[in-house]
Amino acid sequence: MMKMIIAVIRPEKFEQVEKALTEKGFPAMTVSEVRGRGEQKGIALRSRGGPVTVDLIPKIRIEMAVPATFAETVVQIIREAARTGKIGDGKVFVLPLDMAAKVRTEEVSI
Amino acid sequence: MPIDSGDTAFVLICTAMVMLMTPGVGLFYGGLVRRKNIIAMISLAFIAFSVVSLQWILCGYSFAFGTDIGGFIGGLDYLGLAGVGMDGDGIPDLLFMAFQLVFAGLTLAIVTSGAAERMKVSSFIVFGLLWTTLVYDPLAHWAWGGGWAASLGALDFAGGTVVHISSGFGALALALVIGRRVGFGTYTMEPNNIPLTLIGGALLWFGWFGFNAGSALAANGLAANAFVVTNTSAAAGAIAWLVASWYRGKPSSLGMISGAIAGLVAITPAAGFVDPLSAIAIGAIAGLLCYGAMLFRLRRGLDESLDAWAIHGMGGLWGAIATGIFAVAAVGGVDGLLYGNVHQFLIQVVDACAALVYAFCVTYALAWIVDRTLGLRVSEEEEYVGLDISQHGESTRV
Repeated sequence: MMKMIIAVIRPEKFEQVEKALTEKGFPAMTVSEVRGRGEQKGIALRSRGGPVTVDLIPKIRIEMAVPATFAETVVQIIREAARTGKIGDGKVFVLPLDMAAKVRTEEVSI
Repeated sequence: MPIDSGDTAFVLICTAMVMLMTPGVGLFYGGLVRRKNIIAMISLAFIAFSVVSLQWILCGYSFAFGTDIGGFIGGLDYLGLAGVGMDGDGIPDLLFMAFQLVFAGLTLAIVTSGAAERMKVSSFIVFGLLWTTLVYDPLAHWAWGGGWAASLGALDFAGGTVVHISSGFGALALALVIGRRVGFGTYTMEPNNIPLTLIGGALLWFGWFGFNAGSALAANGLAANAFVVTNTSAAAGAIAWLVASWYRGKPSSLGMISGAIAGLVAITPAAGFVDPLSAIAIGAIAGLLCYGAMLFRLRRGLDESLDAWAIHGMGGLWGAIATGIFAVAAVGGVDGLLYGNVHQFLIQVVDACAALVYAFCVTYALAWIVDRTLGLRVSEEEEYVGLDISQHGESTRV
């Protein structure tokens, strides 16, 4: 059984997350720059010209396919490395994964 | 002396070339910051130039070049450009005024390095006005307006002390008052666009010909000498820093262009006094010295973010001293240490140190006052989302 892990984190925390995952033996990942928001609907700034809301905040999205037994470990590593304790730390999603097929060889993980 | 059409044409073009250096600094810095601050960083250069352009016409030129008061500052004779007209000595007075204006504008733009990615635009305008009036104008007067440094015989051909020591050490003081960027030292802040920095560097290198050769204020042999030593020193600085960074890893393009700027800075005070072979030594030593200064700053955890101190401050200090070492009478009529003139060397050291201390202390005081009254810094949320959105309501994202 495999799981797909999708983590949306602060861009400035990516370095630490990547390092922690590599150290604990989970180097394989796909990373993209995304924008998003959570329950707080972005950041509201109090500028002198009136309130300005920044709807979508830049984030980093990490995708990883891991054996189901390691899913919780990986989630925990990401949470600990990406946490600042302030609003906007992000979220980690775990999805069921039907198959991971390697392109170079005929290897298939189910 | 009547107006000379050749000289006038030459200095007009040089003035326009030096103007291009200010956006050049903006692009240079804009490529080095994070993407969320690129518009704000480039804008600061234009804002600096615009603020100084108005201040210079209204009172700055008079403070720098008016009748000397105690060797320290110029009087109010030229307030609002009173008496500055189309006549002049070789070139029109108005043109001399404009040539000096573009130097003043560039200098304030360099100072923005110290507050990169965290300063309020409104506070920068106030700070910039105070800075150019109370730091730049007196220093320009000391060296070129008949102040004490000129009386002492200090040599500063195109502004190593006036432009580079003042802006470099000013940026350091500003950085100390405003404090580090959030996250400085905890995570890396990588340049968002190195090609943009290289384009900025190209504009600086090009404009510097106007800066140094134009400082001869005439289309003559001295201008040609300044042109050649300027290019030589830039090239030597570029290769020196490139090789030094290669020794520690890869030959960095940012190192190469920073070295070129270091070489240009160091040759600035010397351009009318040294020969091309000395320029190789001045540029190469500048490249290595400024590289070392940058590494020192990083080790000390100082967030003088874009290295105006390491490159302009330390490069300017070296240039002022190097002028006293390498000057040769055959070029500018004055010998330096290498030709047995210890006196000139000492004058250069005294002048550079006085400018350094004055620029650092007065900048520190001005930044402190603006910080306590208006606040220099944006809020933490504004800094987090970036100054492009929080200060300008604009973004490079589509």
